[in-house]
Amino acid sequence: MSDTSNDGAKSSVTETNTIKARHPAADAISMFVKNRAATVALFVLILIVITGIIGPMVYTTDPFDMVWAPFSPPGQEGFLFGTDYLGRDILAGILHGTRVSLLVGLSAALMTVFIGVTVGALAGFFRGWVEEVLMRITEFFQVLPTLLFSMVIVALFGPTLPIITIAIGVVSWPAVARITRAEFLRIRELEYVTASRASGSKNAKLMFKVILPNALPPIIVQAALMVGSAILFEAGLSFLGLTDPNVVSWGQIIGSNRPYILDASYTVTFPGIAIFITVLCLSLVGDGLNDALNPKLRQR
Amino acid sequence: MNFLNTLLQRVLWAALLLLAVLVLNFSMMHLAPGDIADTISQSMGGADAETLAQIRSDYGLDQPLISQLGDYVGKVFRFDLGYSYFYNQPVTRLIFEKLPATLLLVITAQILALIIGVMLGVYSARNRDGWVSHFVTFFALFGYSAPVFWTGILLLIAFSLKIPLFPVAGMIDVTVEGGFIPKFLDLLRHMVLPVITLASIFIALYSRLCRASMMEVLATDYIRTAKSKGISDREIIYKHALKNSLSPVITLAGLQFSAVISGAVLVETVFSWPGLGTLALQSIIARDTPTILGILFFSALVVIVGNLLTDFALRFVDPRVRGL
Amino acid sequence: MSALLEVKNLRIELDTRAGVAPVIDDLSFELQAGETLSFVGESGCGKSMTALGIMGLLPEKIGRIASGSICFDGEDITKACDERLREIRGNDISMIFQEPMTSLNPVFTIGEQIAEVLRRHQKLGKKAAWQSSVELLDAVRIPDPKRRASSYPHQLSGGQRQRVMIAIALACKPRILIADEPTTALDVTIQAQIFDLLQDLREQTGSAIIMITHDMGVVAEIAERMIVMYAGRMVEQGQVDHVLNHPRHPYTKGLIECVPHLLATLTEERLELTEVAGIVPSLAEFGQDACLFASRCNKVDQQCLQARPVEQHFDNHQVSACWHADKV
Repeated sequence: MSDTSNDGAKSSVTETNTIKARHPAADAISMFVKNRAATVALFVLILIVITGIIGPMVYTTDPFDMVWAPFSPPGQEGFLFGTDYLGRDILAGILHGTRVSLLVGLSAALMTVFIGVTVGALAGFFRGWVEEVLMRITEFFQVLPTLLFSMVIVALFGPTLPIITIAIGVVSWPAVARITRAEFLRIRELEYVTASRASGSKNAKLMFKVILPNALPPIIVQAALMVGSAILFEAGLSFLGLTDPNVVSWGQIIGSNRPYILDASYTVTFPGIAIFITVLCLSLVGDGLNDALNPKLRQR
Repeated sequence: MNFLNTLLQRVLWAALLLLAVLVLNFSMMHLAPGDIADTISQSMGGADAETLAQIRSDYGLDQPLISQLGDYVGKVFRFDLGYSYFYNQPVTRLIFEKLPATLLLVITAQILALIIGVMLGVYSARNRDGWVSHFVTFFALFGYSAPVFWTGILLLIAFSLKIPLFPVAGMIDVTVEGGFIPKFLDLLRHMVLPVITLASIFIALYSRLCRASMMEVLATDYIRTAKSKGISDREIIYKHALKNSLSPVITLAGLQFSAVISGAVLVETVFSWPGLGTLALQSIIARDTPTILGILFFSALVVIVGNLLTDFALRFVDPRVRGL
Repeated sequence: MSALLEVKNLRIELDTRAGVAPVIDDLSFELQAGETLSFVGESGCGKSMTALGIMGLLPEKIGRIASGSICFDGEDITKACDERLREIRGNDISMIFQEPMTSLNPVFTIGEQIAEVLRRHQKLGKKAAWQSSVELLDAVRIPDPKRRASSYPHQLSGGQRQRVMIAIALACKPRILIADEPTTALDVTIQAQIFDLLQDLREQTGSAIIMITHDMGVVAEIAERMIVMYAGRMVEQGQVDHVLNHPRHPYTKGLIECVPHLLATLTEERLELTEVAGIVPSLAEFGQDACLFASRCNKVDQQCLQARPVEQHFDNHQVSACWHADKV
């Protein structure tokens, strides 16, 4: 690469056949872009996020308002998705629901990743009894059926958005912990870690500056998938009615209209499609990230 | 014997896990906002003083926490999971009433998902560019991304309402007369949609994993050796390759038990299937805490037993796991 | 007496990213019944491909026999149907591979894996096949064969696993045994044992052996005739002592010089370690109408670069594909 002391005279020095070292991020990004499905999915996700933020501001109908007669079919009377059993605008419900799903999905996923990475990193790094104890705890959390467990939490502590988020976050972290631990176990045996340790690095520095950055790829992939699963989780809880009564969410629309599907199946179809597309895009993006960040699979 | 030793270890650990669940239950009960006697009697301060006093003495709520915990655990060992003031029955009896329906659903769905998943996986591993293989890829994506309750509702709309092939709800039709056969067929008819719905998520998972696993196995050296022995293609796939491909799939199936139960809760609700899931939801709505916690404990038990069974199935399939 | 195996103008093609490469380019040789023929060469010269081609085990979809014939006992097996090939494999022609650690199926006992080939080709019943496999384990010198037959591959060492492979390969007393670098992945001490074993068994079964190796030392020890391969082409063939004594191709000469003890035994001189400078051509460079060894040869001239060398036959049945064969 060019000699930095020669900043003014760039042209002459760099006109050689040196191979430019590409930053690994650039490599990963170009790999991701090659995966068309993942790229399209990413765009759709961005669209969804924008809709969630701007949608309710632009389309100001309150989803709780009874704006028309119940069961007005979609497309009629200016209601794109029709009205539900109480005469409420479904499109408004879906738009507001976007915010809820994304909010809960992201926060719960963040919580899951935070807990999972901490547990996994400590276990994988320190080994010994620390690992034993932490892994047993992980196993314990894996044994409890996640939905039931969070249902119980919500039932006992009240159906508010923060509680729901915590309930989802607290039950989903084992998968992340396992992956993190596996990565730490693998990386700590690699030579550059030994070299770092030999030069006297402290534990904390080793963990955060040396191992963790290299362990990130599978964790990032898992995080993307976790957002999807958190959204599905929230949808399940609100379908069952265990949701904050002050917000409208996709699952809740499906759940409350379920007794009426014989006459008005569209009330459940549209919110379901919303969930489906969001989670699908997250899965595709996760797959794309996996291909881009995981060098072992690149040969396939 | 090595086998017995491991069995003992696993069972001991399982018991410990269950104990931990009980401690969790206990803690949650006490951490929940409000007077715990209220929580138990599932009333919101509407119970009369007499009932509350009864509860207090029954549960020893004036005792130190540790002895309460000890009592609780002791009771569970004697199969006493508490009393439901909502249903007016011991929780244990409630659970055992509803358990068979859930087990039927969960076990059938898992087995169906495994069989179909493995079949699809094996077929598409051999015909990598065929339509089955593409179907497996897409189905895997869709099966995972669509909320299970939505899939159930769509199936319900399609095959129960629009085209009345299957019953809309429930497990059996009490009006069906006759002997065993008609009743059994009626049960099957009711089972079709819920089982397919629940299995759909896992067929997607298992088929994709089985295909990948099979493809890996087919590329190994020992399959090349088998071919060099002049073994037929059919035998190579079903005798030599399959056994080796199954390990990861069975392992995954074991890990999914907890997810299957969660899914079952939703599926039971959609199809009004009279199992533990429906009971759980009703108890939650009725704030029947003893029942909810009893169900939580029980489902953890089912998951643990499922894991143990899977472990043993694995040993059967893969001799390396036996620790020989 | 016609040869047991006659390969004529064999051409095997492989699909690569750079196009179709002739990984075996116009190879011809014969194998007599009971003789030991060795294929020598560096990695990537196509020795294993020849073996896979004979067995009909070329990688599906990307490999194929493009032209030429392989006549086994008068029958051209390049034209045989799959069914016929499966009859021959393991029965008349069998093969052992380089990686004993991964070449056995982990979920079946070794007794079962040997018995299987007996049941398949000799139609033995279960009991008889099991009995025979115990006897075979004894023949390949696995201690305590009766008990060991019920072990799984992961309970055996590399050397033992290779013996099991040999047992499987020789179970049906094949006419040809192809051994593809059977000891490369094993300890040198085990190597000697395995070769001893092969020699002894060969005497018992009368099989011809095609020994594929990159080790000239091995060739000197056990082969009667040898074929030297380079970049998919035969560069020299002949009787081992003739070739080692008087190689007629620069590459062969270079290979021999790489193995000090060969020459020391023959000439009693101590020499410095040498190497053949340069690297083998990549698959994309195969198939050209020129000598592919030219870039590494010290006798290269214009003709070498412009035309593929024609085979030159010598009186002692030595054959060399070099324009300067008589001057080596």
